[in-house]
This record gives sequence, structure tokens and C-alpha cells, in this order.
Amino acid sequence: MGAEVLLKLHHLHLELPNGTALLEDVSLSVRRGDALGVVGESGSGKSLTAMSVMGLLPGLKASGSIRFEGRELLGMKDRDWRRLRGAGMAMIFQDPMTAFLPVRSIGAQIDEQIRLHERLSRREARARTVALLGRMGVPDPEAAAKRYPHQLSGGLRQRAMIAMALSCGPSLLIADEPTTALDVTVQAQILTLLCEIRDSGAGVMLITHDMGVVAQTCTHVAVVYSGLVVEQGPVAAVMARPLHPYTQALLEAIPPLDGPRPDALPTIPGRPPAPDARPEGCVFAPRCRFVRPDCAVRPALREPEEGRRVACVLYDA
Amino acid sequence: MIRSFASRTGQMLLVIFGISVLVFCIFFATPGADPTARIAGRGASPQVVARIRAEYGFDRPLPVQYVTMMQKLFVSRDLTSFVNHGQRVVPEVLQAAPVTLSLVLWAAFFWVSGSLVFGIASAVLRDSWVDRLLMVLGLIGLSMPVFWLGEVVNLVTQSRWHDTFLFRWVPPLGYVAFSQSPWGWAKALFLPSLTLAVCFIGLYARVLRSELLTAMGEDSIRTARAKGAGPVRVWLWHGLRLSWLSYVSLFGLDFAQLLGGGALLTEVVFAMPGVGRLTYQALATLDLPLIMATVMYAAVFVVIANALVDGLYALLDPRIREGRHGR
Repeated sequence: MGAEVLLKLHHLHLELPNGTALLEDVSLSVRRGDALGVVGESGSGKSLTAMSVMGLLPGLKASGSIRFEGRELLGMKDRDWRRLRGAGMAMIFQDPMTAFLPVRSIGAQIDEQIRLHERLSRREARARTVALLGRMGVPDPEAAAKRYPHQLSGGLRQRAMIAMALSCGPSLLIADEPTTALDVTVQAQILTLLCEIRDSGAGVMLITHDMGVVAQTCTHVAVVYSGLVVEQGPVAAVMARPLHPYTQALLEAIPPLDGPRPDALPTIPGRPPAPDARPEGCVFAPRCRFVRPDCAVRPALREPEEGRRVACVLYDA
Repeated sequence: MIRSFASRTGQMLLVIFGISVLVFCIFFATPGADPTARIAGRGASPQVVARIRAEYGFDRPLPVQYVTMMQKLFVSRDLTSFVNHGQRVVPEVLQAAPVTLSLVLWAAFFWVSGSLVFGIASAVLRDSWVDRLLMVLGLIGLSMPVFWLGEVVNLVTQSRWHDTFLFRWVPPLGYVAFSQSPWGWAKALFLPSLTLAVCFIGLYARVLRSELLTAMGEDSIRTARAKGAGPVRVWLWHGLRLSWLSYVSLFGLDFAQLLGGGALLTEVVFAMPGVGRLTYQALATLDLPLIMATVMYAAVFVVIANALVDGLYALLDPRIREGRHGR
């Protein structure tokens, strides 16, 4: 290990202008060549975390720290941040149908990103676009570049989206549920593509609610619950022995592949707290089966074992 | 491509035919009204009435009357106004058309540029005092009747303050042909077209503002930001591109409607001898052939403009282009 830390979020806190905290305390890091899976339920703040790294949340107040390649992003001038966006870090979105501008060809949209960051002629940009599309496994890339988003299949659109994200050689790729809108076979292809990108040395941050996707693609995982990171660690270790009760409950809710089929899948009773009604202590306490009196004080993210971090009183030595 | 063009042209012809039948029926086949007497005008001699009846075939069945009428309108173009002592109607309309066209072109220039500036400004500065001010101004512009505004403009620029440095350049009411003096043409049209444009600026700025704000919430705009595009590029290149459609369709309809005589009030107030004023005169004197001619002229323009807008739509949005191929 010991690879260079690419992105480090430290106590990231994000709130609405009216003071409601959307993200309470998100701390995580991505190293070069790592793929960090950020998992959590809808509304837990995984997408917000990604968007705040990109600086795409105007109007929300962020505090804490976001360090990217050693530079602090929070408080950075919008001009400088803009130069990073698309070039140093890039993002792919959940639904490639709506994420592309419907009225321009995908080639033109990829060219645009290249030319926003590099001084290239139209022809050079187009040549790179076609090469990228080809590398992403788009058949007949030259013709595909001239097509409009609605003329491509969902898988090809997502490939084009990834080609666009990679067009300026970003060192960090943020993927916000990139496979949710795709069918299973296409999903597998896209995930393989993400693995290849990771192997080529970029850092990947994969936002998903699908533990299976994480197991398949990621090296590390961070579990987000109600605006907080509750557990972080290498995928294999977390999958084999989850520490936080929430992670345990999440993993139990996955149907087993062999053995007798259970009558009903275990679920987590209750629902996650709304951002303006979080409990003062541990946010998971109201739904936790190990709840204890000392859960009334919010536990900090500690490192009980090498490389694993968890925010739970059970592991307070 | 050729097939869709042909089918489009066919549709246009069909619509124009339908309108012509409708207009003909309203004017000439209304039970209880004798079109002969109306064409001849009040107090026409029995000889004239008899001649008209023979000429238009009013003593023959309706379809023949219709064909005669259309033949006079479009083929021989010798439809004659009897109220106006034998004035040929079709050349009159064709003469008035350039006046209206100039007026409406100028007005369109003002209202498009004005509404773009106002609409974009208030969308970018949404909920600020600038936005509110612009929208209130737009509402005022929208609700001022054009004939009243025109009279006020005339009052101020032609009489009250005509001799101040502000309005000394304002020419007397009326129209100057472009071929006669381009500068005079521009001067004569400036105030009338601006007056005509005022209410459209208000309306279009509001439409553009709301369309732009809707567009800015789209995922593709977020993608544009994530690509590293600056605010100017995001608003003008991506946002505007998404919000054009309803703006363009609205523009096509209004433009056609104005060309077809919708600028009637403006033309009357500013004494522009255009199609609208012609319609106004025809209505005032109950000049049936002239009314028929101006209405048909208007219909043709609206239909053509509609077809152009549809074509523009297809250019702007590839998804619509697809839809047509599928049909």
C-alpha cells in the first residue's frame, strides 16, 4: 500500500442556508489505484459527498476540508476549481440519457470538454474523442460520435459518458451510481471498464447502494448513514467481518446465493432520520439492536484495527 | 427528406384550401345576406348590381361561385373593389405587404434582442431586485394596449417634445420605402416597430426566463458544470440551447400573425399603409373583396410561417427530426 493519497475528506460538513446539516461528518480518503465504494441508503448523503468534491453545490455551506492532490478545495476560487473539474477530476452520472445534452451529438459534447481544458483544434479534439470511444469499446466510434444521445443504447451512452469523463486524463473519477439505469449484462461491462480505469492508476470513487457492485469493483468501502461515515475499510475485510451494526444489518439483507431460501429477508426496522431530526448521539442508535446508554454520545470514527475505521461505542477500548 | 417535404407541402395546401372554403362560406354563403349587394356597396345602381351578379356568378351554384372567387383572387388577380371605384384588390394587398413586412421585421428584431437581454438577465439574477424590476416592467409592457401606447408616443414625439433635441429627428407619420431612402425607412419605422415590440418583449422575456430556469435544473446542465464549463458558457451555450423550443414556436406564430395583419392597430395609429391598415379600411367601408383578399393573404402567411417554424424545430432538436422519419 502506501500509494499517494489522492483525495482526502476530513470532517466534511455541509449545510443548507437555513442551518439544516445535510452532511454531518464525512471523512474518507481515496488513493491512486484504489477504488472506494461509497454505499448507503437513498438520502444518506453519498451523492452530496461526490457533488461537494466536484464543487457542484452552489448555495450550500461546506466546512471541514477536502484535499485533492495536496490542494485544499474548500475556499478555492471558482475559476481554479473549474479548471480542475473535468481535467483533474471527472464525474459520471447515473442516467446517461439525461446527463447528455439531448440536442447535440455526443462527439460534439466530448470535443467540448477536451477543448475547454486543452488548446486543441477541432480536428485534433475529434480525433481524440474517436480514439476514446474506441477504447471504451464503442463499435464504429467515428459514426457513433456523430450520433445524438437518444440514438444510442443505454450501455453505449454510459460508455460515451465515461469516455467524456476520461477525455482529459483525470486522476480521480467519481461515478455516481453509474450502473443503476442499465441492465445487468451492460452493468457488468461498465464495471469491468471501471476496474480497468482503476488499474491504469487513477483513483475511483464509486457511489452506489449495491453491495454487490462494491464487492465486484472496489478495493475499499465507506459506509455512509444519515450524513456520516460510520465504517471504512478494505472491501474484503468489511465484507467478511463488518464491524458497525449498520454494516452488519446491510450485509444480512443481501439474499444468500446458496443454502435454504429464507422466508423473509432480514430488514432494518425503522427509517433513517431526516436531516433536521438527527438524534444527538449515535445516528443509528434508534434502529440498532446493540443500543446501550453510552450511545447517547456520538461516537467518533476510530481505528480499532489496522486500516479499518468505525464509529461505534462497541469498539471503544 | 423529399417525401417529408412533399407531405408537408401537401398539408399546407390542404390547410389553405380549408381556410379559403371557410372564409368563402362566411362571406358569401351566409343565409339571408345577398353578397351582390354587399360587394356593390351602399346605394349602387341596379345596373352595377346586375353586372356584379353576372361577373361573380352569384346566380349560379355555390361551388361555381367559390371557384370563380378563387380564380379572381389567385389566377387572374382582377378582383375589383366596387366601394373604392374599381380599385384592383390584389395589387393593393401586394403593395401593402412590404410595409407590413418592414414594420414586423424591425419589431421582431427589437423584441427578440430585448427579450433575450431581459430574459437572460432576470434568469441569472433570479429573485434579486433586478429580476423583480424586469418582470414588473415586462408585465407593464405586456398590459399596455398598443394603440394607447402608440398615441402616447405620437403625442410626445410628434407634438409635445418634437422640437427638443430628443425627438427632432422623428419624421412625420407615414412610411418611406427602402428603395427611396434606406435611412428614411429606418427612421420612419423605428418608433412604430418599437411600440409594437413592447408588449412582445414583456411576454417573451417572461417565457424565456421560466424556460431557462427550468432548463438549468436539467441533469445535462450539471454535466456541463462537471465538465468545467464556466457560467457564461453554461447559461448561454447549454441553457439557452435547451430553452429555445417554446420560444421559437411562440415567435413563429406571433410573427406570422403580425405579418397577416395583426399589426393593424400599430399601422393605423402610425399611418403606415400596410396590410393591417388596409384591413381596417376594408372593414370600415365593408369592402367585401378587399376583406376577402386580406384574410386569405393572412392565412397564407400564417400557414407558411408555421411550416418554417416546424422546419426550424427539426433543425434545433434532433429528436423531432427522428419523429418525422418514423411517420
